[in-house]
Amino acid sequence: MDGAVPLFRMEGISKRYGGVRALEKAELSVTPGSIHAILGENGAGKSTLIKVMAGVVAPDEGRMILDGNEVNFASPAAANKAGIVCIFQELSLVPELSVADNIVISDPPTRFGMIDRKAQRRIAEEALARAGGADIHPLALVKDLPLSRRQMVEIAKALARKPRILILDEATSALTATDVAKIFEVLKRLREEGLALLYISHRMNEIAELADQCTVFRNGRNVASYAAGSKSDNEVVELMIGREYSHIFPPKPVRAASDAAPVLEARKLSWADRLDNVSLTVGAGEVVGLGGLDGQGQRELLLAFFGVLRGLSGQILIDGRPVAIASPAAARDDRVGMALIPEDRKTEGLMLPMTVRENLSFAALDRLSKAGVIDRAAEQRLIDDMVGLLAIKTAGLDIPVGALSGGNQQKVVIAKWLMRQPRIILLNDPTRGIDVGTKQELYQLMRKLAEAGAAILFYSTDYDELIGCCDKVLVLYDGAVKRELVGAEITERALISSALNIHGENAGPRQGADA
Amino acid sequence: MKDWRYWLAEQRGTLLAFGIFIAMFVIYTTNHPAGFTANVVQTASNKGVLLAFVAMAQTLVVITAGIDLSVGMIFTLTNCLASWLVIGTGIETAFGVVAVLGTGLLCGAINGAIVIYGRLQPIVATIATGAVYFGIALLLRPFPGGSVNEDLADALTGRLFGVVPASLVVLLAVVLVVWVPFSRSVLGRAAYAAGSSETAAYMSGVPIRRGKFAAYALAGLLAAIGGLFLTFFTYTGDAAYASGNAYTLFSIAAVVLGGVSLFGGKGSAIGAIFGALAFRTIGDLLFVFDFDPLWQPLFQGVILLIAVSLGAFALFRVRNRLEWFL
Repeated sequence: MDGAVPLFRMEGISKRYGGVRALEKAELSVTPGSIHAILGENGAGKSTLIKVMAGVVAPDEGRMILDGNEVNFASPAAANKAGIVCIFQELSLVPELSVADNIVISDPPTRFGMIDRKAQRRIAEEALARAGGADIHPLALVKDLPLSRRQMVEIAKALARKPRILILDEATSALTATDVAKIFEVLKRLREEGLALLYISHRMNEIAELADQCTVFRNGRNVASYAAGSKSDNEVVELMIGREYSHIFPPKPVRAASDAAPVLEARKLSWADRLDNVSLTVGAGEVVGLGGLDGQGQRELLLAFFGVLRGLSGQILIDGRPVAIASPAAARDDRVGMALIPEDRKTEGLMLPMTVRENLSFAALDRLSKAGVIDRAAEQRLIDDMVGLLAIKTAGLDIPVGALSGGNQQKVVIAKWLMRQPRIILLNDPTRGIDVGTKQELYQLMRKLAEAGAAILFYSTDYDELIGCCDKVLVLYDGAVKRELVGAEITERALISSALNIHGENAGPRQGADA
Repeated sequence: MKDWRYWLAEQRGTLLAFGIFIAMFVIYTTNHPAGFTANVVQTASNKGVLLAFVAMAQTLVVITAGIDLSVGMIFTLTNCLASWLVIGTGIETAFGVVAVLGTGLLCGAINGAIVIYGRLQPIVATIATGAVYFGIALLLRPFPGGSVNEDLADALTGRLFGVVPASLVVLLAVVLVVWVPFSRSVLGRAAYAAGSSETAAYMSGVPIRRGKFAAYALAGLLAAIGGLFLTFFTYTGDAAYASGNAYTLFSIAAVVLGGVSLFGGKGSAIGAIFGALAFRTIGDLLFVFDFDPLWQPLFQGVILLIAVSLGAFALFRVRNRLEWFL
């Protein structure tokens, strides 16, 4: 596609969220009649980039040029009108409306001021056929469709808007192999029709099959652009990593990986289509990491241990004995002694308008009370201990927890569970959105707890953290453990290549790392 | 699946409410001393349409995942206003009707503006505006009184061709003129989409604000039609606090009975109408079976509880317990 006139260009686009730099002078140019793949790790800025393109977020600086004219999109509707249509990772379908309603939702055909249902039906059927989903009934409600069918509806909806640039963000992550093949045919046909397609995927084999042009993002910048097929998988992984390694992690104890008796053990856990025969052990004093791309079943695994999922198959063993954990209340019970630091502290971890004191003692109230009456003195002692241990910076215990900084809020969530002295600690991406200083304190705390004998299972989307903190890392892909890395095997290269499943389906667990 | 099955699934709530109402009404008329006569139907219809109008109003707002606790007060306010204005010559009466309906529309528009542009929760905003509307009603009619154009009142509460209750015909006309166009317009769809998933609707470029605003404003209009009819039945205006509140609460009950989801995005005003008619028939049933009227709130509560429980069965199928709280 060299020499083709770019249809759309982004120049010097920057975007910050608070102190976090999501995009830093990013550049991108898109040519008609080609498929352009965007690559990068979790948090490299890909999602922000397409949100800027699609008018969902406004950039702090930079220009966007469409057909030689500078454009600014105030809303997704404005971007649509200009011909830029995005299929987002989080689906944008309205669940209670029918498939046809959803397909025409941005611009329904009208007749005498009312929606023309016949025309709507026709448009929907055409769009579904073009998207390879002709078997979906236009009158079905979206909420009744399985995820893979919904994705087809998303694509049909995008096509009904007659896009010039179509952006697909992880559009195939929920699809089965047959559906993916169908979508690929559709995408290739659209390319022949002269559309510009932006394709964001973590699946290297898909990119190899589809893309004409690739751009790699890292830390909010585009670091390389090349014609598809001109670089090997390993070179691409190098491009995606390439950042300085920070020494903020406490030293790991030197010991054989298998010397600890397992405190927490899973045998062949499966749930719905999200977990697939997961087996693992976590010993006392061990920090076990969960790696892989976002959304490969890591969260569900933690929820499964914590008694949130129903219809779980397989076995969970505590201290070698099988247990049935039916609810979070059962999981935190002394016989299990489990704590979960949830991913979204604002909804699952804290009651924001309530005070720091109340939030801290929620999980431990049963231990602090006799016959339903809270022992205020004991509560105070324990709270003082925790505030000291975690160095929580707060103007007082009686101010709303929502007034604290993100890092201190997260410390409150952790302190709340430590008040129960849990033996098993599950952490769900606990450092997301907090500052480096607090992160460092959390790493040290984690190690301190492990040394005191806790078994820690730690999911993180940040590969540095997994390398710096964990004694062992399990890499998940499609709900199954693809690889187990122990000690020195935990390298960025090994984590990324197994997360992308580059070694193919038959890469068994415990293969030697290739770093 | 065939098309009609999808249609059936979509209309299930409405059909269920229709079925409940028909069953109750058949029991009622067969046990009524006079039986199924034009007179009995007319009385029942006149009692039923008041709540039906207010329930339609509530439906529009509930579809957007909001709630309007001021509908009963708009109903009361417009009743009081009509007892001053809907009187005199034909022209004067017509002007009065337009003014009353315009007032309802304005009340609804104020609710919508506060909720959408002021970003207040619907429940708080409409409690406050409801109190204001009732305050104005009280200033208009400190004591029950006033009068109405009786020719018009008798025509609209009487019978057409000696058999069909005129109030039912008006209800049907309002459905055709207000509800059907709204539900099939882009704005109506925006209201549904906003109620079902506001984020998805926004991401799809749906005119959410205009859709919600139209829903609130039309809700005010429908409540005003109800207020007008109340004046036609009673020939007076009465700023009765208890009655206004009762209509608000009963409208929510009727909406739920009619298969409209309080979570928004689902249901039809036609279902709510049958919900309202069914809810009204409970009282009549107690009457024909010689129950003390004291039993009425108890029975209405039980019926409502049963109807609401039916909707909760879906929770048994949830596999991720966190979804209980969504």
